[in-house]
Amino acid sequence: MRKIYFSLICLIISSQSIAQDSLLRSISDSLSAAHGTQYVTGTFKALYIVNMKTIEAPAAGALNFEIQHRFGTINQGAYHLWGLDFATLRLGLDYGISDRLSVGIGRSSVLETFDGYVKYKLLRQTDNPASVPVSIALLGTTSYYTDKIANPKLDSAFKSAYRLAYTAQILIARKFSSKLSFQITPTFIHYNLVDSASEHNNVFALSAGGRFKITKRMAITAEYNYLFPNQLSSYTGLPLHNALSFGWDIETGGHVFQLVFTNAQTMNEPQYIGQTVGSWGNGDIYFGFNISRIFNLKPHNKPKAQI
Amino acid sequence: MLLKYYIFLFTIFFSLKGICQNYTTKTGFIGFYSKTPLEDIRGENNQVYAVLDPASHHMAFAALLKGFIFPKELMQTHFNENYVESDKFPKATFSGSCTGDMDLSKDGIYQVVVKGDLSLHGVTKPLETTGQIEVKNGKITGSSAFKIKPEDYQITIPSLVREKIAQEIDVKVQIVWTRNT
Repeated sequence: MRKIYFSLICLIISSQSIAQDSLLRSISDSLSAAHGTQYVTGTFKALYIVNMKTIEAPAAGALNFEIQHRFGTINQGAYHLWGLDFATLRLGLDYGISDRLSVGIGRSSVLETFDGYVKYKLLRQTDNPASVPVSIALLGTTSYYTDKIANPKLDSAFKSAYRLAYTAQILIARKFSSKLSFQITPTFIHYNLVDSASEHNNVFALSAGGRFKITKRMAITAEYNYLFPNQLSSYTGLPLHNALSFGWDIETGGHVFQLVFTNAQTMNEPQYIGQTVGSWGNGDIYFGFNISRIFNLKPHNKPKAQI
Repeated sequence: MLLKYYIFLFTIFFSLKGICQNYTTKTGFIGFYSKTPLEDIRGENNQVYAVLDPASHHMAFAALLKGFIFPKELMQTHFNENYVESDKFPKATFSGSCTGDMDLSKDGIYQVVVKGDLSLHGVTKPLETTGQIEVKNGKITGSSAFKIKPEDYQITIPSLVREKIAQEIDVKVQIVWTRNT
């Protein structure tokens, strides 16, 4: 009889907790089932891996201010303080028109180059359900260099059209885990003018980059920009190299700092993909940094996940 | 032995009956607020699932952490990526019951004590707070406010931004339940 009482008490207690648990389970399950599409966020921390533009874009109404800075090559030795005496710079603004569409402008010190781009997120990776495996964005960039040629006659003959280059890229990115992300970017560049008849105006390249988070707020990044051979030669006459870069991302609230090492001095697609003459083997390594700061021009009230 | 089965069936019957008569909602509200001299942070979720069993006074809440909307998108990204890690722990849940002098079949305003377990960021902790339940025209409105410490749920805040995030976060809950039909 005592046994029966005991089991009765057990049952009453357990049935109470079962009832409580089943209440939670019923809503928890239907919550998971109902909220179909959850977009993956934070594939990369910043808009640039090092030089490559990432799939990321400012949210609608957010303005990103980007400072990209490269010192000289470290193989210049102690006399030039391992390149710190020299600097090249790109200043950029990136603005989110919608959560899918963003635009940007920039100005680089190399060849006094202006650039502008439009980026559109075509496809967004989802994690619940995992039906869309990658994010895809289309990117179009126009670069215009305004560098003056010393000979005034030549300078006036050198029309604006000769100074333009266009880049079209497809950014395909996947966040494999909260730590590991990877992006591959087939690239087409059209130079309105190239130096010699043997060079191609239409050039193909393939860029790839990734990041690995070492802590929640720090990541190691790398990128490689492969220019298919026999398309271009450098205007300085030096042999061309593919740009290989490494970075260390540090995120602090509204800023992202990226410390970088790269053999590309420049920060525009037609220049760092098509005109990199620095070589890792020769020690032509540029130390530098990217700093980004987000400003919210409009309050963000729309849910990012379409719940 | 037979008696045990009877009791078992009996309890199952009653718990099933309870589920059928529950009050539910899919549009409950939970907001949290962190106020410091440096920065005010606000995250609000209007899609909280909640259920109330009027017979046993048991209640449960479930919210997707990605459903919390912030005025600044970057804060929302940081909240999900760095703090609550919503990739790993997508939901916050509460399961418990309320006690106090109340009759949920009659219109009125009742002050209650809510007791249960709050699960967030993979950590489950007991929570006890006061709340108010208002029964009116077949609807039950439950509201409560309490404070939680991020550190209690193993949400670590780096020293660099510690001054920007309050030691205790204010949480507000407002749920309008209607009878499940």
